[in-house]
Amino acid sequence: MFTTRKQYEPYISPFDPCPPIRVKTYVTAPNLYVGFQPPNLPQFPLREALMKGTLWQVFYDPYYSPYETKTKGDGS
Amino acid sequence: MKQMPKEYYEQLEELQAVDFALVELTLYLDTHPNDYQAIQQFNQLAQKRKQLKKQFEAAYGPLEQFGHSYSNYPWNWDDAPWPWQV
Amino acid sequence: MWIYEKKLQYPVRVSTCNPRLAKYLIEQYGGADGELAAALRYLNQRYTLPPKVIGLLNDIGTEELAHLEMIATMVYKLTKDATPEQLKEAGLEPHYVDHERALFYHNAAGNPFTATYIQAKGDPITDLYEDIAAEEKARATYQWIINMSDDPDLNDGLRFLREREIIHAQRFREAVEILKEERNHKKVF
Repeated sequence: MFTTRKQYEPYISPFDPCPPIRVKTYVTAPNLYVGFQPPNLPQFPLREALMKGTLWQVFYDPYYSPYETKTKGDGS
Repeated sequence: MKQMPKEYYEQLEELQAVDFALVELTLYLDTHPNDYQAIQQFNQLAQKRKQLKKQFEAAYGPLEQFGHSYSNYPWNWDDAPWPWQV
Repeated sequence: MWIYEKKLQYPVRVSTCNPRLAKYLIEQYGGADGELAAALRYLNQRYTLPPKVIGLLNDIGTEELAHLEMIATMVYKLTKDATPEQLKEAGLEPHYVDHERALFYHNAAGNPFTATYIQAKGDPITDLYEDIAAEEKARATYQWIINMSDDPDLNDGLRFLREREIIHAQRFREAVEILKEERNHKKVF
């Protein structure tokens, strides 16, 4: 399944002082994939578009903090 | 102490929603100047925002300055609240 | 010229009196990839870019001014009624002794805004790539601030601003394509 979050596993040394973060995540936002925007792409209703920060569904890519997701968050 | 009613926030948000779509369409049309449908949508929303502005200003005073909005007597442009205060 | 409109682009809300978050947010006010730098960068470049992309630079630059006002609103609300004690706890005492609660164009580390944050090379592709990079850097900065913030209302506004960076980067990428003039053309080498 397509996602705008990509993962990799950094090298872990037995001599690293902090507990290791085993999987790191980074963002590849939708603008990297769409190319020149084709006409007539689906839109959000106006109120929803304001709340989401874009009129175009294809570009919507929300980001949450660890405090909001109750896990380790969204980025890393 | 002056407080803004619930309707102020609702009407403001309605205007913000229409204006936001106009911003989005503006940027889109800057790179897609020949999209006829998008231009139609832009012009319709531009008309709608004119009405919303009129309604909002009738209730809460001028939105724009330098003659783009009418003033009451006395001059009510600098009446609170400013956008960062509400 | 510009006409001021007495409203924010987005309904900014802040749920807690938390000056520490203001200390982070000031990065997007007077920092290298902040909204002031963005507005000045695009509005300055627009004079010397090809006609087909001037409008885009003009309009994104103008939207950035609206974002600057949103950031200022967040900082203002986060510090408005904070006591000197709270400001001190948040590490804002160097700011306080110089500016009290006034906003100032500096970054989260306290370095004042400088024109060296913005570039203008006069070469259209160079400048647009600079702009794309600036939008991606601002997007990343918003992610790091969101990671640091436990205020859901504030994060809501920050998510809006981050999403705008994605759209701006998209439009700058399209501007590059327009200048390449290969839309609807077969490549001929």
